[in-house]
Amino acid sequence: MTERQKKKVTHGLIVTWTAALLVFLYLPILCVALASFSKARYFRFPIPRYDTGWYEKAFESLTVRDLMGTSLSIALLVALISVVLAFFGALAFARFDWRGRRIYQRLVLLPIFFPQAVLGLALLIWFSTVGIIPDWRTAVIAHLVWIVPIVTLVISIQAYSFDPALEEAAFDLGATRWQTLKEVTLPVLWPGVVSGALFAFLLSWGNFPLSLFTTGADQTVPEWLYAKMVSGYTPLVPTLGALTTAGAAGVLLVGYLSWVFMRRAQGR
Amino acid sequence: MSTISEPMTAGGTRAARPARRRRLISPGLLAALPVIVFLLLAFAAPLLAVLGYSFMPEKTFELTQAPTLENYLSVFSNSYYLSFGKSLGLALVTVLLLMVISWPIAYGMAKLFGRAANFLTLAIIIPLFVSENIRLFGWVLFLIKGGVLLGGLKAWLGIDGESMLYDVPAIVLGLVYVYLPFALFPMVLGISMVPREVTEAAFDMGATRWQVFREVELPLAMPGILIGGLLTFILSLGSLAESKILGGQAVIMIADEIETAFTFGQNWPLGAALSVLLILFSGTLVLTLLNWIDLDKILGRGKGSE
Repeated sequence: MTERQKKKVTHGLIVTWTAALLVFLYLPILCVALASFSKARYFRFPIPRYDTGWYEKAFESLTVRDLMGTSLSIALLVALISVVLAFFGALAFARFDWRGRRIYQRLVLLPIFFPQAVLGLALLIWFSTVGIIPDWRTAVIAHLVWIVPIVTLVISIQAYSFDPALEEAAFDLGATRWQTLKEVTLPVLWPGVVSGALFAFLLSWGNFPLSLFTTGADQTVPEWLYAKMVSGYTPLVPTLGALTTAGAAGVLLVGYLSWVFMRRAQGR
Repeated sequence: MSTISEPMTAGGTRAARPARRRRLISPGLLAALPVIVFLLLAFAAPLLAVLGYSFMPEKTFELTQAPTLENYLSVFSNSYYLSFGKSLGLALVTVLLLMVISWPIAYGMAKLFGRAANFLTLAIIIPLFVSENIRLFGWVLFLIKGGVLLGGLKAWLGIDGESMLYDVPAIVLGLVYVYLPFALFPMVLGISMVPREVTEAAFDMGATRWQVFREVELPLAMPGILIGGLLTFILSLGSLAESKILGGQAVIMIADEIETAFTFGQNWPLGAALSVLLILFSGTLVLTLLNWIDLDKILGRGKGSE
């Protein structure tokens, strides 16, 4: 074989391997989607009869409505709060040069690498020590511990490409610190803020290990799914799984489209 | 400080304006303050509480007793080190598999695919936003007896098979599946730092493909590989859902033991002692890693070099 042929073969193998990875990544999600259209009480493959009955049941179910409501409230609050905290956190991470910056950068990233189940338990005993009874609002705090650092990272990446000369110019033209922030810094970092909010919402929406110990009597969708997977299986599990996945995909699509739209608007 | 990247030095010119800059706290600290206060209250304080509980007598629910070391002793005298060992072993196997699986893909994304790499990145990130539970449950549906794999084989090919579910390989599959992106993306960054001229020069001087891989690409891409490896090692070590959903009770992971001690066991001090050990172990690894890499360079370069 000549060198060129060898290269072609290697290239082909790498492409095949990558394609196999994509199949591997989406296979379980497809399985859930498939199972959600099965009529039978217990999943068997090949599916004897396809049916959308479980979707109708899911839409009628008050439990499902409650679960979705709890998950949605948590995810929206988490997205909102984390973006505000992380916006300033990212300025400190990437934009300003200050004395404690190096240590700050490292400490802020620690929660991301922390075992989430252990973090949830630690928060649980902390809440009980200070006398807070856990409900969905304490889960917001738990999610924030993990998500604020991630959003800080996302916005920081945007902030690194930020040209400080822009702020300089605003100062020179007599703008106050607050005006500069509002008129210069925020618009420049806006794409990072939007993707940060999107990340925060989706990660909170799908989170399980943190919610498990911190929601008290309330329950999120992933928690309910887990409880039913372990005991008391119902065909609503794949159905609700497929529904929340579709919801996440929808949010992602809207986010992507608004990003494309924003880029167009900025380009003009 | 050697880590300051270019935008920072440009920002340094502002020091020439002393009147406006003379403040009690620097703007950087001011901006960092909300995050710092939040993490002190909701991250550092809970960890301190865990540390405190780990020194309390067995099955107490308050921090006011006289401190004792009995929980740590019982961790070492009971079989908990077994769970620790198994978790370490599973994490290690997972990381090795991830390295082998990810290398060709990372190489392709960094050097071969060109624009298609962006779409691929998106396609790999999207599943991360689907709840881990649901994705693992999808594997249950695929692997279970009468499920997609075995049911399909039987119906179409007439082959009967044994389900691999609820055993160690299924847990490893789950771990590899869930953590693959965290190994892959740092590796892509690492490989993209290997200059094309260097590999070409090595080839020109008569090196074989294998030699180029071992002597040039691997060492130069090592930072990215190590970041991904350590990251996935720590995440697998503290994982819970994979062993619970895919593993049945085949292996009790350390996170499992911690959860049991806190919940069914109603023994917070024991759970706290186990947590402290896990935290110390992975915390040391994380801090070593974070200390060693240059965050400004890794995060800041993404935009500049493209």
